[in-house]
Amino acid sequence: MTMDIELTVNGEHVRESVEPRMSLADFLRERLQLTGTHLGCEMGACGACLVLLGGKPVHACLVLAVQAAGETVETIEGLSESGAIADLQAAFHDRNALQCGFCTTGMMVNAHALLGDNPAPERAEIRDALSGNYCRCTGYEAIVDAIDATARKRASDVEAPA
Amino acid sequence: MKSPAFDYIRARSVAHALETYRSLDGEGVYLAGGHSVVPSLTLRLQAPAALIDLSGIDALTGISLDDGWLRIGAMTRHAEVAADPMIRDHAHLFHLAAPHVAHPAIRNRGTIGGSLSLADPASEFPAVALALRAEMEVAGHDGVRRVKADDFFLDIYETAMDPGEILQAILVPPVRAGDVAVFDELARRRGDYAMVGAAVQAMVDAGRVADISIAFFSVGNKPTRAGAAESALRGARLDDATIAAAQSALDADLDPSDEPQMPASVRRHLARVLLGRLLGHLGTTA
Repeated sequence: MTMDIELTVNGEHVRESVEPRMSLADFLRERLQLTGTHLGCEMGACGACLVLLGGKPVHACLVLAVQAAGETVETIEGLSESGAIADLQAAFHDRNALQCGFCTTGMMVNAHALLGDNPAPERAEIRDALSGNYCRCTGYEAIVDAIDATARKRASDVEAPA
Repeated sequence: MKSPAFDYIRARSVAHALETYRSLDGEGVYLAGGHSVVPSLTLRLQAPAALIDLSGIDALTGISLDDGWLRIGAMTRHAEVAADPMIRDHAHLFHLAAPHVAHPAIRNRGTIGGSLSLADPASEFPAVALALRAEMEVAGHDGVRRVKADDFFLDIYETAMDPGEILQAILVPPVRAGDVAVFDELARRRGDYAMVGAAVQAMVDAGRVADISIAFFSVGNKPTRAGAAESALRGARLDDATIAAAQSALDADLDPSDEPQMPASVRRHLARVLLGRLLGHLGTTA
């Protein structure tokens, strides 16, 4: 069985024919060559495959492509090219919040969603939000620092616009 | 692609879903949020002929009050359970428990009906349904029936629903004056499965426990009411001696098995510690 699906990915209308068993993650990576969405555990434990579905972070490995029909998807490529997370990316770089980088795209998607919902999170809230994102390199401290720094920078930019 | 091949049908109504299930002759699997079904497919623990997606059925969504009872549609996502003001006011235990269910991204997709139907003994919501004395609205070919939570959870991953039946909604009894709810779990890391957890719904009147229901999870094959501990508390003043008696009574209520990660004695100890904390918290909340 194959099914025709239409959805919006990073602002572009996409139409493809897929098997129902194809995950959204495989669809993004293999059909659309959007390989910034990483596949780690493929069972919802590691958080490397997070994308925004209807504006909310979800595991692309746990959503079937056919379930995303008619929906809006944003991946790390879309967030990156739009400049929406440029400051977050810079903060990760400044603070050495990545080493191998495998988890980073999922971290970015989640941090972006967190700061959208809660612009001034406590460190404990940042840790709670990242509880489903595994990083085996950094020990998390630098990642929490980078997200915390981004939140503070955004708040100060709002108070004192350049 | 790691899953076995399957067909995919988007059900238009509960009747359409039931009919589709029947036509698949036992080879269909219902799909709600998909956060247990999809990993089970990826791990090839099951290989259905087709998935029947319930997410487009209006009758399974929405939260409403009917004659004091709160009706929570089965497709309500965990994040909505945490955020919805009606659930916060009329089914406070679900509101308290939702942030403990898995991680934020999972809560954006997972559904309350999926969680209750799966009946994972380590899940929060089945225990909450027990403590709230909620009822399950179950649809089948013979119509709709209501099943009390006490009669719903039978064993590990096993409920009173027959194959093909669909959980439509969860019905929570009316809030009473003096109702208080407390919830907590002991987990190694936020979002991990609890080592032990409990949901408590009580009615406290002038420092005395007028009524209480206590449900534990992650201590056996199904969520478990702590009837002996409830008896030790009912009618009593909520003081240190009463709390100690309730903690002792747990030995009669809980029968965890020895596991490689945790001996039964440790789990019993953790259950007593957790109950003590929750009852202390209840005393200050009431």
